[in-house]
Amino acid sequence: MRKFRTYGDVAAPEAEKDVVGQVVAQIEKLAARLAPVKRIIVVGSGKGGVGKSVIAANLAAALADRGLRVGAVDADLNGPTLARMLGAARERIRVDNGAAVPPEGVAGIRVMSMDLLLESDTAPLRWRNAGERAPDPATGDPGFTPPEFLFQSTFEAGVLREFLSDVAWGELDALVIDAPPGTDKLVRLLQLLPRLDVVLLVTTPGEASRFVVAKSIRLVQDAGANCIGIVANMTSHVCAACGHETPLFQDDRTAALASDAGVEVWAELPFDVRLATSTDNGRPFVLQDTESAVALGFRRMAERIEGTENGRVEGTENGFISRGGAEGAENGFISRGGAEGAENGT
Amino acid sequence: MKFLCIPCDRVMEFAERQLPGDGTMAAVFACGGCGREVAMLTNPMETQLVSGLGIKVGGRTVPEQPLETAVSGMKAGRADAFADAPVAAVGVTWSEDAKERLSNVPSFVRGMVKRIYTDWARENGVAQMTPETMDRARTELGLEGM
Repeated sequence: MRKFRTYGDVAAPEAEKDVVGQVVAQIEKLAARLAPVKRIIVVGSGKGGVGKSVIAANLAAALADRGLRVGAVDADLNGPTLARMLGAARERIRVDNGAAVPPEGVAGIRVMSMDLLLESDTAPLRWRNAGERAPDPATGDPGFTPPEFLFQSTFEAGVLREFLSDVAWGELDALVIDAPPGTDKLVRLLQLLPRLDVVLLVTTPGEASRFVVAKSIRLVQDAGANCIGIVANMTSHVCAACGHETPLFQDDRTAALASDAGVEVWAELPFDVRLATSTDNGRPFVLQDTESAVALGFRRMAERIEGTENGRVEGTENGFISRGGAEGAENGFISRGGAEGAENGT
Repeated sequence: MKFLCIPCDRVMEFAERQLPGDGTMAAVFACGGCGREVAMLTNPMETQLVSGLGIKVGGRTVPEQPLETAVSGMKAGRADAFADAPVAAVGVTWSEDAKERLSNVPSFVRGMVKRIYTDWARENGVAQMTPETMDRARTELGLEGM
């Protein structure tokens, strides 16, 4: 067998400008774009249908209502709803100085969502299929359509990166990111972010949700976040007439989920039909009925989030709660575990 | 990915990129020692996969456009997603053939593509965009699928 040098023998940093250099530049651009953002808040779950987007929209609105400058990213590319919920549906994106300027929704919240790019409210997200070959009856070629899953995740990761790095977010007090359902997509999002200041995982009291969210908590902890909160949604029903509160689930295991994982329950939100109805129509409920039990829950979460800045929680002894912002990191994007002195974010 | 010239034991250097317009790509690498050249030919799927990563083989020759992957990768997007951006078209005209070819670009990405072509024409002293100059620009800029 002939002997010649292999990739590992010839690879050198100065020779990596083609591919690795471009990837590093992407990472650095993203870190620089998010550097002026004081707090990055991910609202996820892993489970679908638990109310993540409604909670993300209302949390963003509650933060803006406190006078904070807020941005919102809809990371659910295939089921985008955040632009509509924040009153920015069908708004247009401007391009200025090489960046996309996001439209503003209610309370001045800057929004970026795939909703703004899809041709209609009902249009699914599909990708160009460059490998498609039409049938040719003359030759008997049956044609070939490569399945979209071959490149779907690559494009989705690229678009998510662009939503964070190509958008002129400017100086924000808080950037709320509505994560897509699915634990795998949650992890992909977390790996993309230079810092994890606060991760809120939404659950419902049911067992099915609990198990999925338990997996998400472990994945989020593995990603290096240690400011993790649980938001229990639809825990009870409050009678609009008499105010009597009735649990919606016989056995609420939210507290057990939290204690088993060593995280806190940040909020328990009762079921209120007005929450979804109002928010779905571009009017976050937290701004409509500020005295309701649900609104109170959001206001408390917003107040708590305002107490965190640059990865620190006011009053904590150990300071840093995230991967980012560690002393010695040059661009704020450091390796998992927050190792000090990371130079290029890889 | 690298190409090694075995007789010279040298890593070949990127020399040229060609985009025939059918979704495929050719990238030429040359040995600085013996001058031998090889062309790497990628099929449409491979070309698209690289495009999805936001990476240009041989390096980027045109400034990245915001939301480039989203806009160029989507099958059907919203035509008016972007507010009309001023296109620096001073001194650059488009032939009828070039206009017709541009009209084949999906409407939601057409503005961005026209802006890229026009900027290239101004920088290269091209007064009129024709199908031929579009081919040249596409190859020089590495505009896969545009």
